[in-house]
Amino acid sequence: MASSPAGDSSNLKRFAPLIRSGEIGKVAYENLFATSKPAPGGPVGWFFLWPASHSLSMPEHALILNALGIQRALTRIAHEIAERNETCADVVLVGIQRGGVPLAERLAKSLAAIVGLPIPAGCLDVGMHRDDLDQRAAPKIHPTQIPFDVTGKTVVLVDDVLFSGRTVRSAMDALNDFGRPKRIQLAVLVDRGHRELPIKADFVGKNQPTSPQEKVHVRIGEPGQEDEVVLERP
Amino acid sequence: MSWNRKHLLDIESLTAEEITTVLDTAKAFKAVGERAIKKVPALRGKTVVNLFIEPSTRTRISFELCEQRLSADIINFTAEASSLKKGETLKDTAKNLEALNADFIVIRHSAAGAPQFLSRVLNAHVINAGDGAHEHPTQALLDAFTIRERKGRIKGLNVTILGDILFSRVARSDVWALTKLGANVTLCGPATLVPRTFEAMGCKVTHNVDEALAEADIINLLRIQHERQRKAMFPSINEYTQLYGLNQARLAKTKPDALIMHPGPINRGVEIDSDIADCGRSLILEQVTNGIAVRMAALFLVNGGKGPQEIGVG
Repeated sequence: MASSPAGDSSNLKRFAPLIRSGEIGKVAYENLFATSKPAPGGPVGWFFLWPASHSLSMPEHALILNALGIQRALTRIAHEIAERNETCADVVLVGIQRGGVPLAERLAKSLAAIVGLPIPAGCLDVGMHRDDLDQRAAPKIHPTQIPFDVTGKTVVLVDDVLFSGRTVRSAMDALNDFGRPKRIQLAVLVDRGHRELPIKADFVGKNQPTSPQEKVHVRIGEPGQEDEVVLERP
Repeated sequence: MSWNRKHLLDIESLTAEEITTVLDTAKAFKAVGERAIKKVPALRGKTVVNLFIEPSTRTRISFELCEQRLSADIINFTAEASSLKKGETLKDTAKNLEALNADFIVIRHSAAGAPQFLSRVLNAHVINAGDGAHEHPTQALLDAFTIRERKGRIKGLNVTILGDILFSRVARSDVWALTKLGANVTLCGPATLVPRTFEAMGCKVTHNVDEALAEADIINLLRIQHERQRKAMFPSINEYTQLYGLNQARLAKTKPDALIMHPGPINRGVEIDSDIADCGRSLILEQVTNGIAVRMAALFLVNGGKGPQEIGVG
């Protein structure tokens, strides 16, 4: 499958379970590991942190992409965008707030290095275009900055996780208010399935099968923390 | 970030964090107003009734425009052209509007507490567009937004509100909003219009205009509300202008970067000299522009249901 990054096999070696919860989690983590610390690079796959008898259920976390894996996936996506769009003279990147914005910036740098042209990047908040606005607390609105005309351009929308597809639908709606792109393509770091709309990504960093209850946390460019993608199972 | 309220009735009950949430959201909506396409579908399919039982031009137009920019359907309703003239009660009028499946009621009323009353009897979201001399929350929010935008902060600023405080809902809402956000608010005007009881709201009261203006970063002027005054509160308009009007001589003694605000409508030559209203330090028209963004934010936020503010990935 085209979307399996080259870095995957090395990632697997680091596919160790992680705990990243709040204070309770920290205490439990220390207590647990004081008695049974798993060897580094230990078992691959699900690792149950709590004995079955324990009444408190706590989310488990598994690393699905580390910093290197993310970087390799983005580099590959940049090459794929270049391959798909021949000259890239009319390609612009638009990151969807918030997770897509740092990814779009990195992709723009990689793509510019590949094609030897500056690639403009913007950011788009889709909060005002969501279809569930009266069903949950009003979302926090982040800046929308599209410092270029999208009319006639190939706009690559960039997001961190593709799930229901509703964010992407909102983004295409929102983008229309800024002009009429020649075409819109979609790049995501993680495609976790469970689409609710007929939307498919053109460029995928990693296909990650999930259950609907699970959460995918993407941490990119957070101060004092390594880039990573973590799967949380409730 | 936090907002879980169904209505916007007053500023007094809001926390500083909630006020900041409105201001942050308004910033995004101001950007929408600067685009070629100034409309977003956030309230698509929702019906808003503008129930203006007391005359208003700028607030009503501001609300109408902001509702249109949020893609809502609008019914405008004024006291003159309604069954209120035929003896219908406010409750019955509002119940009838709700029977038409109105989702939002924006109410301006001469009686303090009218919006609170409606919020108890209706299922619709209620926005207070000014109730008597009680509160005018969206005006205070747009004032706070304008100050924050121009000064970069509100905390620690000296804000002087000068004029008819007693009958001003704007003054009350401004005092609540600005003190919650950490500003030092001074009220000034004739003793009959600025009683010491306002000190209980956490602000300073003075009747010496030079003292009130000397350290001010923001000078917010208020109109004399003749329509609410049942008796003469001061000898003459001319005397008020002499003693409390903002003229060039008084402006010269203020801080050079002090900015001038006015919620409108302005009475040129009464509380403010005509050339000061048009000078570079006047924010009066910026307030009008920001009013749309702030009201869009208010409608957008109350439209939300219960739940976490941050929307997960999808």
